[in-house]
Amino acid sequence: MPLTGIQIFKLLPKTNCGKCGVPTCLAFAMNLAAGKAELSKCPDVSEEAKAQLMEASAPPIRVVTIGAGPRAFKIGGETVMFRHEKRFENPPGLAVLVTDGMADAEVDDRLARAGKLRYLRVGLTLRPELVAVKETTGDAAKFEALVSKVARAHDGGILLISANPDILAAGIKACADRKPLLCAATKDNWEKVAGLAKANASPVVAKGANLDEVADLTAKLTQAGVNDIIIDSGSRAIRQAFQDQVTIRASALVKKFRPLGYPTIVFPCEMTTDPMMEAMIASMFVAKYGSIIVLSDFQGESLFPLLVERMNIFTDPQRPLATTQGVYEIGVPKEASPVIITTNFSLTYFLVSGYIETSKVPAYLLIMDTEGLSVMTAWAAGKFTADAIAPFVRKSEVWNKVKHRKLIIPGYAAAESGGLEEELPEWEIMVGPRDGALLPGYLKAWKA
Amino acid sequence: MAIEIAKTLYNGKIKAFTLGKGNKAVAVGGETCYPFYIFEGQMPNAPRIAMEVWDYPPEDWAEEALKPFVGVTGDPVAWAKKCISDYGADMICLQLISTDPNGLNRDAEEAAQLAKKVADAVDVPLIVWGTANHDKDTEVLRRIAELCQGKNLLLGPVEEGDHKRIGAAAIGFQHVVIASTPIDINLAKQLNILLGNLGVSEQNLIMDTTVSGIGYGLEYAYSVIERVRMAALTQQDDKLQFPIISNISKETWKAKETRITAAEDPTMGDAGKRGILLEAMSAQCLLLAGADVLIMRHPEAIKLVRQMIAELTGTV
Repeated sequence: MPLTGIQIFKLLPKTNCGKCGVPTCLAFAMNLAAGKAELSKCPDVSEEAKAQLMEASAPPIRVVTIGAGPRAFKIGGETVMFRHEKRFENPPGLAVLVTDGMADAEVDDRLARAGKLRYLRVGLTLRPELVAVKETTGDAAKFEALVSKVARAHDGGILLISANPDILAAGIKACADRKPLLCAATKDNWEKVAGLAKANASPVVAKGANLDEVADLTAKLTQAGVNDIIIDSGSRAIRQAFQDQVTIRASALVKKFRPLGYPTIVFPCEMTTDPMMEAMIASMFVAKYGSIIVLSDFQGESLFPLLVERMNIFTDPQRPLATTQGVYEIGVPKEASPVIITTNFSLTYFLVSGYIETSKVPAYLLIMDTEGLSVMTAWAAGKFTADAIAPFVRKSEVWNKVKHRKLIIPGYAAAESGGLEEELPEWEIMVGPRDGALLPGYLKAWKA
Repeated sequence: MAIEIAKTLYNGKIKAFTLGKGNKAVAVGGETCYPFYIFEGQMPNAPRIAMEVWDYPPEDWAEEALKPFVGVTGDPVAWAKKCISDYGADMICLQLISTDPNGLNRDAEEAAQLAKKVADAVDVPLIVWGTANHDKDTEVLRRIAELCQGKNLLLGPVEEGDHKRIGAAAIGFQHVVIASTPIDINLAKQLNILLGNLGVSEQNLIMDTTVSGIGYGLEYAYSVIERVRMAALTQQDDKLQFPIISNISKETWKAKETRITAAEDPTMGDAGKRGILLEAMSAQCLLLAGADVLIMRHPEAIKLVRQMIAELTGTV
């Protein structure tokens, strides 16, 4: 059972030294109980108290680092069942499968796509993280050669898949410094796989036929000193796999059931042979609790929607995404093109720029930093008012790019037009539509 | 080791009722658990998909989305019939695009006569969806309600600003109200209360919390629906215990990402498949959050979503 804040407080030094970042031991204890702090932040806690507190202070779902170096990433650490309750912490890693039975050209193509497919959105680069190397031939030398090739071609995470510990060992040899994820320890091979994981400080997948078996296995692995564990519930049927993901998350968070308190791995690549269905299954696991999602292939048409969905679901509900302030050229605007201003809420930017593109009227779009608020909210909060807009328009130097002096403001900010005419006397302020959908019609009719 | 299972404590149930009339009527609602958590409760009616039909030939659809409807986009009756006969549509949604006062501004009587024609031509439940212009929707939807008396249509979007007049027509002529609010659980609840006060029966109300697709605010739509379901099922909030309808097709296909060709940007892959997946994956996310009825466009996207529903409800 987890300890309460008061129980934890009794075990702390009660010095209120503040070195942990909060002013009092009581506040620190409350944070520990809520899973918002780590015990290691307290410099003076006794060894005895530490042992007692470790259990209570560990996050209910362990954070595991995958890979090494600049592209290492974290999975797990989730604290809620629903994103609106706080936020989802660590987006799932996406993996593409290559096998030692696959033709060289096919392997090369997949590795090339894994490296090349990336998308820029709201200033973030969206790209997949992992290559999964699977043994299908039983030939350790062949496997090792393939892993070497992957390690050379790919700088992200590596997942080694074989039921045979000797083959996993051969794979590790080819990419030891990359801390490959070993897949998988089972009830039959776990002692050997645990040995490999410990020797190389690699995380390991615990695979069972069902969750009871998984819980047995994770308990054994932790006893053997392996803590960086990822759960494969074993199911490859969609409905059971969905249920398993929900059960694992709920058991870890609500019951604080340690043996299931780990990130998970799912295999859409083994659940269907239809690439479109595979994308659907992967999409479900993005929303419902997969931590690593293994796909048979990466293709732009399915990878792009998955990556954007992932970004959406893992956006912090309390911190909307914002676009960088500046002058954006939509199409190839000229000196007689319209100048439009709006706020830097990323959705506002996407929609307005999309509607300008639809209108086929090239334009200069001024995106003003309103701390990620939409037009209506920013205006109501006093962040998108004449006295804020005017200095930004002047500083943007958009007047260097156009001959006219006409500024289109959003319909929802119409109340600012008077103030803006005073603040920007050289500009004519034009009030655009309230609904972005009407922008194409408005722009087609607009004249400099 | 027997694992410790944390079962959600439910104390509410989504209202269950029937849409449409006759042997193609569709039962919705009745859930006693989160979407597809059938290991915790019941989901007696699997989510249903309505196919959209526009009331005038779409001019700006992605090529891929037009292909399945070649030859019928100029005739809403033929279009609706094709959706049912060729693509097995459970329901039809007539999108009254041409009535938009900022667009074609088609006359209300003309629009209503067309809706009547479609309603008479199909045996599945019919949704009629206006343009969210209160004055125009009031005019158009009231006339449709009257012309299609007793057909148990779904009329929407009904918003706070026009709920009295459209709601009254729905009560008078026996139709279902689509209570539509802008991505806010409190506004959603408020409108349900207002409609209840007006006299709309609990068997005649379905909620639209406003949706958007992947890349365009999906996360907001997703979380509002999740919150509504959480309040309805675990917090005994009976003002939110209604089925949910999501008009997702228009939102996904208007995105420029459904149009970029592989030639323009090779990293984006095949445009047709990408459009289908953007629609199907957006729709599936809404189902996972709690939608009961989806309005969709592309037959292939619908097929994918149906297959996932069958898998998750164990009816494969």
